[in-house]
Amino acid sequence: MMDLQLTDDQRLIRQQAARLLADRAGPQQLRQTVAAATGFDAALWRTVARQLGWCAMTIAERHGGLGLSLTELSLVVEAAGERLAPLPLWSTACAAAPLLSAVATEEARAAILPRIAAGEIAATVAWGDLGAADPLAATPVTAVPANGGYLLDGLVTQVVDAEAADLVLVPARLAQGLALFALERGAGHETRQIETLDATRQIGALEMRGLRLSADARLDADGFTPRAAASAIATANLGLAAEQVGAARAVMDLTLAYVGERVQFGRVIASFQAVKHRCARLEVDLAEARAMVLGAAANFANAEDDERLLEARAARALASDLLFRAAEESIQLHGGVGFTWEYDPHLYLKRAQAVSALLGSADRHLEAIAEHLLAEACHER
Amino acid sequence: MSDDRLAALRAEVRAWLSEHLAGRFEPLRWRGHAGDGDALPELRKEWERELAGGGWTCPGWPAEWGGRGLSVAEQVAFQEEYARAGGPGRIGHIGEGLIGPTLIEFGTPAQQQRFLPAIRAGTEFWCQGYSEPQAGSDLANVRTRARREDATGDWLVHGQKVWTSLAHLSDWIFVLARSEEGSTGRHGLIFLLLALDQPGIEIRPIRQIGGGAEFNSVFFDGARARAEHVVGAAGEGWRIATALLGFERGISTLGQQMAFAQELDLVCRIARENGAARSPELRQRIARAWAGLRAMRYLAMRALCDDASREGRLARLGYKYHWSNWHRDLGRLAMDVLGPDGNVVDGDPRRERLRRLFLFSRADTIYGGTSEIQLNLIAEQGLGMPREPRGDRS
Ligand SMILES: Cc1cc2nc3c(=O)[nH]c(=O)nc-3n(C[C@H](O)[C@H](O)[C@H](O)COP(=O)(O)OP(=O)(O)OC[C@H]3O[C@@H](n4cnc5c(N)ncnc54)[C@H](O)[C@@H]3O)c2cc1C
Repeated sequence: MMDLQLTDDQRLIRQQAARLLADRAGPQQLRQTVAAATGFDAALWRTVARQLGWCAMTIAERHGGLGLSLTELSLVVEAAGERLAPLPLWSTACAAAPLLSAVATEEARAAILPRIAAGEIAATVAWGDLGAADPLAATPVTAVPANGGYLLDGLVTQVVDAEAADLVLVPARLAQGLALFALERGAGHETRQIETLDATRQIGALEMRGLRLSADARLDADGFTPRAAASAIATANLGLAAEQVGAARAVMDLTLAYVGERVQFGRVIASFQAVKHRCARLEVDLAEARAMVLGAAANFANAEDDERLLEARAARALASDLLFRAAEESIQLHGGVGFTWEYDPHLYLKRAQAVSALLGSADRHLEAIAEHLLAEACHER
Repeated sequence: MSDDRLAALRAEVRAWLSEHLAGRFEPLRWRGHAGDGDALPELRKEWERELAGGGWTCPGWPAEWGGRGLSVAEQVAFQEEYARAGGPGRIGHIGEGLIGPTLIEFGTPAQQQRFLPAIRAGTEFWCQGYSEPQAGSDLANVRTRARREDATGDWLVHGQKVWTSLAHLSDWIFVLARSEEGSTGRHGLIFLLLALDQPGIEIRPIRQIGGGAEFNSVFFDGARARAEHVVGAAGEGWRIATALLGFERGISTLGQQMAFAQELDLVCRIARENGAARSPELRQRIARAWAGLRAMRYLAMRALCDDASREGRLARLGYKYHWSNWHRDLGRLAMDVLGPDGNVVDGDPRRERLRRLFLFSRADTIYGGTSEIQLNLIAEQGLGMPREPRGDRS
């Protein structure tokens, strides 16, 4: 039996993250983030990336990382999700670093991963199709060889943390297959921040028009397929699922606090069984989704790519559904104040809806699982 | 626990089962689980003795009582291998999993000597006399009376138990009864052990939705529990009765997930064969079932962890609601995948298995605390929400 008991160290990491974020990303700061509409808190980012090494967790020690497992990373991402913290943490640690590990040459990894691990840079990925369950199946970016380097063209309409990132990884279509390019800040591409309904996460457009890059901006050896990036796509989905579970926990706690205080008909509304049962059902769903995330994270190192992806998809399908319903129920059980700008549930509803569309909606992930189960011989566990 | 030892244990169990769950025991594969508990009773009793002969009854009990003292992880491994091989529902389960551990913890040395060896040997079977017509979810409302006979110190029992699984196949029953006249609720209760084969007891089968009768009404009309067969003291019945429920920590349900996986696998296979796999709606539900089962496995592992945090507590409290609803949903999904064929009783063994799943999984959300009671417990014990108001006891 795999051991899902968190170690003392893991618990400590989780507690420290929660404590730091309660202090530095509390409800006040969340409102400031929304008002500023930048979706990025640079000072907090320096603390977690440089001092606490949140981006170093899963990076190998030979690349300056801590060599920990996905469990530790999931725990801090979950904590960030609780606070809707405006950090490029998911982009850097769950998307960019794993993609480098999956498809970049050892030389490129040795050049970039240590900078990520040290918290020197934030990084992101310009997924070709941010809304797809297979986000590399198509990309609007093309690359052509020119003068020993490359010319890149294309518009990626939505890139998470585009402005906050010091490094954007761009998968581009080459004559054969995909290639991965590094756009350092000031490489000549344009990013433009987009106004979004969910004001707690930064999204920008990325545009390249005949952008000239030197040969060493290309990070892969000789092309890759989306399949080769499976473990990176799995990690990115698991990270989003962890974040969603964290956000669900937080919005459910808002609900529990409110129903425990609000009095109607001479009793707190938490004493009505209809209210209790709705809260309890959400708890079951949260326990389910959280077990799936932590189980998949613990299983990750031992699993093959196919299984990693299936489990990450399962985690996403459960967590997307969970967070949406937790936010929806929170508004409902708050009554009229739930519809106000002043109370926080709407921030979670907006996050729930926005994040549910990233890297594939729940039903697309389920369809991918179904394809696997129903196409070939059905796999037992 | 080292992985090597676990792997060795698994191999040992597998080898033993492939040798023994064969020949005349072959028809037992997959049979006798919840809802199907009256299937092939005599052969299943012999199977209990076969298991005992191999040292596979009560493997989690301490060696002192003939167990192997297996750790939680080892017990899970055993249960998984047992389920993987299609091991039949255990007639001995209530003795091994419920009353045995209760006696080990609360029984007198004499009670332990008298009862534990026969449970371990698969020669005496037990049933659980808790529910009554007026005491279901509200177990503390039991009305079965126990009166002390001054001459002997024995207890004479009058009343009725209901939904008593396997009573017709059992030798002994443990009964929660009211020993203090005029008492209500959790007070004044007693926990008694009674032989079923005696004049004051009548067992009547109750036919279930699947047509069989695994549960019964048990009528007591002056039935006798010997003075030395009280567990705890008179007045402590509630404490013993609830402690007994705590011994089922989901270890056997982790094994049962192996059977769930096989059921889901069968649903997938039939969907591929009959074209249901082309329905977008059914594809979503099948994939959701797969995700739920994966999560269930991890949830059970978390529930078995020694985790005192709120998350750990909620994982434990939510587990029963999760698996029982998942299983019930799978039953419906199986029938939807079968389509019109699901309604045809034609003896096809695969379809028959899914029909049984459809019907029997309806019990999962009722016994062992209904779904609604589980939600109350999650809300009250897990989230600290106010307790349900109670009506007056009549
Ligand atoms: C297959 C099977 C085997 C069983 N085996 C045994 C056995 O071996 N021994 C034994 O003692 N018992 C056994 N039982 C009985 C089982 O424990 C009871 O059926 C169960 O506790 C529910 O009690 P009830 O049937 O009286 O339903 P009730 O308690 O009358 O419940 C009826 C409905 O009301 C709901 N309800 C009740 N109280 C509340 C509340 N406070 N809030 C919200 N909703 C509520 C319930 O959830 C349910 O939906 C078995 C049952 C089944 C189905």
